Amino acid sequence: MDKETYLKPLFKGNPITVLVLGICSSLAVTVQLKGALVMALSVTLVTAFSSLFISLLRNTIPNRVRIIVQLVVVAMFVILIDQALKAFSYDTSKMLSVYIGLIITNCIIMGRIEAFALGNKPWPSFVDGAFNGLGYGMILIIVAFFRELFGSGTLLGYQIIPQSWYIENGGWYANNGLMILPPMALILLGCVVWVHRSIDKELQEQ
Amino acid sequence: MNTNSNTYTIIYTTVLVVVVAAILAIIASVLKPRQTANVELEQMKSIMLAANIGETNGQPDKKADFKKLYDQHITDAYAIDANGNKVAGVDAFHVDLKSQYNAIKNGGELTLPVYKCKLDDGNTVTILPCYGAGLWGAIWGYLSVEEDGETLHGATFAHASETPGLGGEIAEPWFYNQFDGKSLKNSGAFSSIKIVKGGAGSDRNGVDAISGATITSRSLQNTIEQWMNYYKLILGE
Amino acid sequence: MMDYINIFIKSIFVENMVFSFFLGMCSYLAVSKNVKTATGLGLAVIFVLTITLPLNYLLYEYVLKAGALTWLSPNLAGVDLSFLSYIVYIAMIATFVQIVEMFVEKYSPALYASLGIFLPLIAVNCAILGGSLFMQERGYSNVGEAFTFGLGSGIGWFLAIVAMAAIREKLAYSNVPKPLKGLGLAFIITGLMGIAFMSFMGFQL
Repeated sequence: MDKETYLKPLFKGNPITVLVLGICSSLAVTVQLKGALVMALSVTLVTAFSSLFISLLRNTIPNRVRIIVQLVVVAMFVILIDQALKAFSYDTSKMLSVYIGLIITNCIIMGRIEAFALGNKPWPSFVDGAFNGLGYGMILIIVAFFRELFGSGTLLGYQIIPQSWYIENGGWYANNGLMILPPMALILLGCVVWVHRSIDKELQEQ
Repeated sequence: MNTNSNTYTIIYTTVLVVVVAAILAIIASVLKPRQTANVELEQMKSIMLAANIGETNGQPDKKADFKKLYDQHITDAYAIDANGNKVAGVDAFHVDLKSQYNAIKNGGELTLPVYKCKLDDGNTVTILPCYGAGLWGAIWGYLSVEEDGETLHGATFAHASETPGLGGEIAEPWFYNQFDGKSLKNSGAFSSIKIVKGGAGSDRNGVDAISGATITSRSLQNTIEQWMNYYKLILGE
Repeated sequence: MMDYINIFIKSIFVENMVFSFFLGMCSYLAVSKNVKTATGLGLAVIFVLTITLPLNYLLYEYVLKAGALTWLSPNLAGVDLSFLSYIVYIAMIATFVQIVEMFVEKYSPALYASLGIFLPLIAVNCAILGGSLFMQERGYSNVGEAFTFGLGSGIGWFLAIVAMAAIREKLAYSNVPKPLKGLGLAFIITGLMGIAFMSFMGFQL
């Protein structure tokens, strides 16, 4: 195992901007930074542990029911996280509502299990899963940072844009209402891809 | 071992499903009391905030123990039917508001919860829930009415999945604090709260709508009116 | 009747799976490169959503919900299996998809050739599981409503992917900044289409 295993999922092989995996369940949670952080952490935990688990079982799984076995294992970890959030962080659980459940069908998890964990030893699979989760979380956090800052003027709920700047208080500034609407997440994501591919020219499509 | 035989496949999946279900059942039953406590605490918090208890300058107190406040202040909780008569033997706190909403919509037996709350200044307010459909999902809330049967003492609202920053603003203090001091009567007759655009100003029956969230505002207005239509029977007694 | 029409129209336009909830984005982006394959996948999604939603609805109402097992015996009123809902839904969807795949492969090789390759993709399509989760959260009152919601959401998803594929086919001939080509532009176009679909918001039927 070398440095590639850690670095690739973060940049060159980033699950969202390069492999186009796992966009589904998550863009709606990027309105606020807090939701994005919890989502990033949950997905990292689920990818890491389900990769580990499937890798341990990899020689025993019957090929025909492979997908169902994988989904059952992933669903188990997702339910554990959902139950824990409901018990220990009720506010966050309310905020993320059905999107926690949708981690199950987050393609990153199934993608990494199919592509890596089924053919590798447990420890590398765990690391691969964890770093793919982090690579995904990183993008979520970037998008959420801009959406919360420009959409609500806050970060993690703390006011960042000074109150005196606002038009209501005699200033010149107003929050950008478009930022909190769902489509803006996609447009920002498009911009992230744009920046990423301008820096790393190898990734450009022909 | 042949991992592709039918017997192996069936035994493997059965064992896996049983193991997973057992792990989850254990975890779920361990965490269940905490989860229920969280849900109940949330409900007590909404009820207390509707009576402006546990608030400083209109903002909820982060450190307040809402369970303790609830036990201190709520003197009575009961349920009424569609004619305003008390229904015996109903645990008002655990009445499922959603099923009541369906019963109002489709017809059926009603058991609408009513809470009596004693304030620090000795007055008693009546706290009344409401529940309805917003733009994306459910919206619900509590209104507290003073002894005269018309003046609103306070209100709180919550929602399942309204857009943050737009419809989601109904759960923010700036919005629900507008209800304080408004009236459920207009020249002697019952009149629910109007949620109108562009400044309700001195209108005692209206509050400001949320700009950009017309549907949520309108749904909330309808929801309040729907529930108050039943509760008006018992107000001011 | 109005209720059904309401749910149907709402789930196609107002609460479109792709544009309002970003569900099913992975296969949406991967398969929207030409109209023909997009149509195939879209049809498969309509089919699976329409069948699995009512099935999951019945499972939730009669097995999983708190107190749902009372039809077996009144003693079971205290049983609450709702913590199992995710796993049961996904198992139901995966099993159904697998059965359909085997069935189609055996009896209609022509259909399998055009549709079959998309079926495994669908088990992990979030729009399908999302449909079941929304159905549970919104509490539809009978199987008919769940069925209508499934059909409507499927058609909404179909419309989205076919429209996207049509746009991307045209885009192949346009001059786009290199780093934006392909994925980047697809995201931005989906965003813009989402804004267009927002004009349906607030339709009161």
